[in-house]
Amino acid sequence: MNNIVFGQYYPSGSVVHRLDPRVKLVMVLLYIVTIFFVVDYAMYGALFLFVLAVALLSKVPLRILFRTVRTIVILVLITAVINLFFTQGEEMLFSWKFIHIYKEGVERAIKLALRLILLMLFPSLLTLTTTPMELTDAIESLLSPLKIIKVPVHAIALIMSIALRMIPILMEETNKIILAQKARGADFDTGGALKKAKAMIPVLVPLFVGAFRRADELALAMDARCYSSVAQRTKYKVMHLAVRDLIASLFCLAVFSLVFLNKYLWHFDEMILSLFG
Amino acid sequence: MSIEVKDLTYTYSPNTPYAATALRGVSLHIEEGEYVGIIGKTGSGKSTFIQHLNALIRLQSGEIKVYDIDLNAKKPDLKKLRGTVGMVMQYPEYQLFDETVEKDVSYGPRNLGLSEEEIRERVREAIELVGLDYEEVRDRSPFELSGGQKRRVAIAGVIAMRPRILVLDEPIAGLDPRGKQEILALIKKLKNAYSPTVIVVSHDMDSVAENCDKVALFADGEIARFASPREIFYDDELLSRTEMDCPSVVKVVKELERLGKSLPTRPVTKAELVAALTVGEGV
Amino acid sequence: MPITFDHVTYEYPTDGTPVPAVKDVSLEIADGSFVCVLGENGSGKSTLAKLMNGLLVPTDGDVRVDGASTNTEDEDALFAIRKKVGMVFQNPDNQMIASIIEDEIAFGPENLGVPREEIEERITYALEAVGMTQPRHHTPEKLSGGQKQRIAIASVLAMRPSTLVLDESTAMLDPKGRREVMEVIRELNRQGITIVLITHYMEETVRADRVIVMSEGAVVMDGTPAEIFGDTEAVRRYHLELPISDYLAEKLREAGLSLPHKIYDEKSLAEEICRSK
Repeated sequence: MNNIVFGQYYPSGSVVHRLDPRVKLVMVLLYIVTIFFVVDYAMYGALFLFVLAVALLSKVPLRILFRTVRTIVILVLITAVINLFFTQGEEMLFSWKFIHIYKEGVERAIKLALRLILLMLFPSLLTLTTTPMELTDAIESLLSPLKIIKVPVHAIALIMSIALRMIPILMEETNKIILAQKARGADFDTGGALKKAKAMIPVLVPLFVGAFRRADELALAMDARCYSSVAQRTKYKVMHLAVRDLIASLFCLAVFSLVFLNKYLWHFDEMILSLFG
Repeated sequence: MSIEVKDLTYTYSPNTPYAATALRGVSLHIEEGEYVGIIGKTGSGKSTFIQHLNALIRLQSGEIKVYDIDLNAKKPDLKKLRGTVGMVMQYPEYQLFDETVEKDVSYGPRNLGLSEEEIRERVREAIELVGLDYEEVRDRSPFELSGGQKRRVAIAGVIAMRPRILVLDEPIAGLDPRGKQEILALIKKLKNAYSPTVIVVSHDMDSVAENCDKVALFADGEIARFASPREIFYDDELLSRTEMDCPSVVKVVKELERLGKSLPTRPVTKAELVAALTVGEGV
Repeated sequence: MPITFDHVTYEYPTDGTPVPAVKDVSLEIADGSFVCVLGENGSGKSTLAKLMNGLLVPTDGDVRVDGASTNTEDEDALFAIRKKVGMVFQNPDNQMIASIIEDEIAFGPENLGVPREEIEERITYALEAVGMTQPRHHTPEKLSGGQKQRIAIASVLAMRPSTLVLDESTAMLDPKGRREVMEVIRELNRQGITIVLITHYMEETVRADRVIVMSEGAVVMDGTPAEIFGDTEAVRRYHLELPISDYLAEKLREAGLSLPHKIYDEKSLAEEICRSK
């Protein structure tokens, strides 16, 4: 429940946790871009080692990190299988009736699976080491230039943080309502799609009514504490870039640039192969 | 016998770092006709326990039998179970959903697969039992009623299923004094009408002492003691170990004893205390 | 400086004929006092509370805080009032904005434009005042109801209010949580903060200076707890109940014991019983 897609914040107070959330966010975005430029196994290996190194530094147990991959296992499998069967190539490995598996297909399936897993791991490290609040602060800070063109950056950040706070509360409430209606004999498990959808009405209506009630009360509580979207606020938490942020950025950029160098200049896997071959 | 629980153990999110054992080897035997109070600190396992009685939680380990329904069976008859055990959750007014009071109350009976005629009959009776005017409220939206009325509609939705066992999780939480008195009186009335067995989870020691025949005191996922209110509330060692309060009446008695005045009996209800203090006073 | 109500009426906007939620109420809340407001649901208690800090503005009459009317278009003037009259609501989950304890407490001061260094001091003060020892960078999610409500009180205290209005803030708590919160507000009152406590729990009025009883939007009783609960007839009429010790005292008097008419707790009742022999 508290593990929707990415990992939930894991407080261990490591150096990764203490990095400026803006740096972490930007590095994750660059990482995602970088992933799409990986061409060979050597680089997949390098990035994997990179993620592993950051994970070790963050003191987040690897077991918890890898659990985030579980949520996309099906996606990974489907993607892999589709590529395995539908990629045409030159070197046929296996053929039976209408099924033809080529070497290229196998390779593509493996690479796509690796890519998806890597895509999952590093952003998960971000959410495992950064509180939702820090993330919203980071987004607010990174978007703040947009204030000049009258984008309500603070309001957007506040909406995000309230949404983040309300998700677990609403999940718990949903669970309670489901139990209450089950106790009244509700059956959510049998019947066709239409019947199942209809069975959800007694859950959804109270959930919405409850969400609106909460929203009303929250708005009142914010008013009582002098919230104004226009007035000049101070900020308690100010983010400062530290030396460690610079080091971390340089380290990440070095690793990412390897990928680009590999794609456009050198080919590490050929180099490695030639060493052994 | 209406409920038989043996060695019930339950762990939330087992085999994960978040694993939390909520019940450890709980056994309890409740006779038909008993009014049982379940007390204990927040997090002592009370809610997890009562959710088992309605199979809202998958049985992990232990045995539960409710009348002749065996929850350990491969496919227990859940429909029958939920018609037998009526569960009124905390703040039940937050589960109302239908356009009219009548439709909302009929949700439970309809899920039981009763005939339209039977449903109408039961709904009318349930609404009247909870002290609302059927003709007046039937077509009204449950959302426009007052807080106390909403709660009564929600309770009507459960008793329209005519459960033989009524389980209520903190039925008087958040109500004003009048609302509390009304709900407590209603529970007594229901006990006489359809549901001879009543189980109430409560933090309100005064109402537990006043109404219950027996009290199950939960602590750390176990039943520390299952006995009469008198035995529980006069067991100082037990109360301090489980961090429980005693009812005001018992507090007065303990103060009296501290001041050197002992009573001939051990009262737990207000009436008993008044009687104990005035007996032989020549009034 | 007191809060004064001068012939205040409030009607919620409706389509049909408006029914006043508060009818022609005049009263003054003295500085440093501990005032309890009783009355059954729908008697107008909550509306009365929201009129005290301008969350609602009277449809007729005037509410003044330190002489300043809450009926103002000027946001700064309104915020000055809300800063003085802090408000805590019923459901702790529905009044928290942030996912981190210190961010939650900082929210009010941030809105008021308090400088950063001072916010830091205020957080320390507020957490101490409510007796919270949990690390302040933790999430309030896993705290008990009583602890969450204490955080809510701390969040208001960080605005340095002179009055704290608690709108049924103990209603959803278990006995332990209720005790915690009552201890905190009694201590705050000792330190000079005015307390307005709206409650259904008669025991909570025991040590109040003053009890106001509302019925159908009007103030129908106003006096010391002993005066209010001494009038058992009125207590019944307004659907209140006697605190249990007073109920017992009344029954014992009926049975012939001579007990003085005053407000009791279990201890003082036992003492009087012994004395009556």
